[in-house]
Amino acid sequence: MTAVLETRGLGKRYRKRWALSDCTLSVPAGHVTGLVGPNGAGKTTLLNLAVGLLAPTTGTALVLGGEPASSEEQLAKVGFVAQDAPIYAGLTVADHLRMGAHMNPAWDAGAAEHRISQLGLDPDQKAGKLSGGQRAQLALTLAIAKRPEVLILDEPIASLDPLARREFLQMLMEVTAEHELSVVMSSHLVSDLERICDYMIVLVASRVQVTGEVDALLGSHYQLTGPRCDPATLPEDWQIISASHTDRQSTLLVRSDRPIVDSTMTVDQIGLEDLVLAYMSQASRPVTRHANPASPDQSALEAQR
Amino acid sequence: MIWLSWRQFRTQAIVAGCVLAAFAIALLVTGFSLAHLYSGSGLPGCQGRGTCVPAIQNFMNQMRGSVYAFVFYIGVAIIYGGSALVGAFWGAPLIAREIETGTFRVAWNQSVSRNRWLAVRVTMVGLAAMAGAGLLSLMLNWWVEPVYKATRFAPPDSSLSYGRLSPLLFGTGGIAPMGYAAFAFALGVAAGVLFKRTLPAMAVTLVGVGFVLLAWPNWVRPHLIPPVHQVLRLRPSAIEGFSTSANNSQMTIFAGVHKPGAWVLSDQVVTSAGHVFSGPATHACINGSPQACSASLAALHLNQLVSFEPASRFWPLQGYETGAYVLAAVVLALFCSWWISRRRLA
Repeated sequence: MTAVLETRGLGKRYRKRWALSDCTLSVPAGHVTGLVGPNGAGKTTLLNLAVGLLAPTTGTALVLGGEPASSEEQLAKVGFVAQDAPIYAGLTVADHLRMGAHMNPAWDAGAAEHRISQLGLDPDQKAGKLSGGQRAQLALTLAIAKRPEVLILDEPIASLDPLARREFLQMLMEVTAEHELSVVMSSHLVSDLERICDYMIVLVASRVQVTGEVDALLGSHYQLTGPRCDPATLPEDWQIISASHTDRQSTLLVRSDRPIVDSTMTVDQIGLEDLVLAYMSQASRPVTRHANPASPDQSALEAQR
Repeated sequence: MIWLSWRQFRTQAIVAGCVLAAFAIALLVTGFSLAHLYSGSGLPGCQGRGTCVPAIQNFMNQMRGSVYAFVFYIGVAIIYGGSALVGAFWGAPLIAREIETGTFRVAWNQSVSRNRWLAVRVTMVGLAAMAGAGLLSLMLNWWVEPVYKATRFAPPDSSLSYGRLSPLLFGTGGIAPMGYAAFAFALGVAAGVLFKRTLPAMAVTLVGVGFVLLAWPNWVRPHLIPPVHQVLRLRPSAIEGFSTSANNSQMTIFAGVHKPGAWVLSDQVVTSAGHVFSGPATHACINGSPQACSASLAALHLNQLVSFEPASRFWPLQGYETGAYVLAAVVLALFCSWWISRRRLA
């Protein structure tokens, strides 16, 4: 099966600053994929590259096997809601649906109208007068009713209040189940994604830190707590994501493909949020940079990777 | 795509339509009375100076201080100013507004390629601008027809002696206004694409269109078709005046030329060898009678060198000029298409 999103060495530079660099990943179809990372990590850049609003500086991006926005067929396969859910403020809700009908051959008018009435939106209302939540819902309705194979959403719920956020995710879950859609959505809040995502990409400082199915990620990461230990003595197939030491105690986040059995330490499963945060702080710590002349302790840690 | 283009253009089209309709009514009301004025002036069917001179005097007297000049210059202002406004209010926001509000991300993610999106929008609004300008030109030409007929009889240098080839009036007749509208619109669109902001794009468009329309008649139009150069014998009656330097070593003669309907570009007094006559001043002209002065100048065998575009070149010039503007508009539109397909806007 073709990957929903496949990138190879993808990079985008604005003047001197790299917004995304050397991004290689593959998101299989049939998943609701969360793209997480702190603000400014390059999430929007990656998604804009995926829908063809930006051209890459280096590398390639393929969506459903095709070059983004390369043809009208390709455009028809991808539904996109940009950050802040832009809509035409001067057009009414009904106008937006009419626009969708005129501009998309596979437009599902019945579903669109049904959804608008379900949301309680007045078709004759100017879209500029809608609340943030209604706006996002309208934008999502537009993107869904064109009957895409993949839905790409850029921070769709960032500006919504908790209730609107829940309704939006609810609608998204219904739709993905109903139409067997693949979804790629970004957020800087893991808690939002935890509820609906089964695939995860963590992007920090313009680089992909970790990517994989949520279950597999959770199953291969362990939190270890125990007496203080020397990192150099740990098993070689452990990948230490984070380590903190006090005088007596060490706390480690370890990635390992084999179950960890350790008599000296307590082994715990880890939640998605903690896992993502660990990767984020790992990326922002200078010790992980290869160029830094590291202390012996740190280079031992480095060697473990 | 056509639906969305029309939906976004609708309000602007209605506003422009109302302005055009209001002016059309003004033209209709005054146009019939102007035609009546002409037919009643005795100019149609006048024979020779005996009947024609009183008739044209009569016609000009009735025109003077009337509403006609006012209405006509409003029309001239709408054609030139309208082009600039079309560029600023239709062209500049066309893409700049989409970029400002982020809605281009909506438009470009429907199942329509962005070049088709651009092509439909630019074609629809551009053709509307050209149609409006063409209609305005047509109406104004119908209205002013009696005046142009009267110019044949008008004495030199009177207010009616400027034909439709004169720099100001040339651009208000024929098909040229359509070219201006197309160019101004495309310039606006391109400025919007480049600046990504509506207001700066509007300002640049207004200045740009104003500059091109003002500079064009002086710098470009005379070269569209090389003017006719004609050497005429300098008749005393053509001499309108002269000036001399303080010590009388230099003398410049001003001579008039009467070519109804033509656009006279330059008119110089030259010697029989073909050089521009610069003196010295003849003795008779310094302290003699005007008759003696005339006679002394006649003895110099001077000629008049006139460059002009004859009246018959109105339509060829219109064709070249409109073609140049439409070509510029097409080039600008292609530039916009290339620019947005570079995918740098997001």
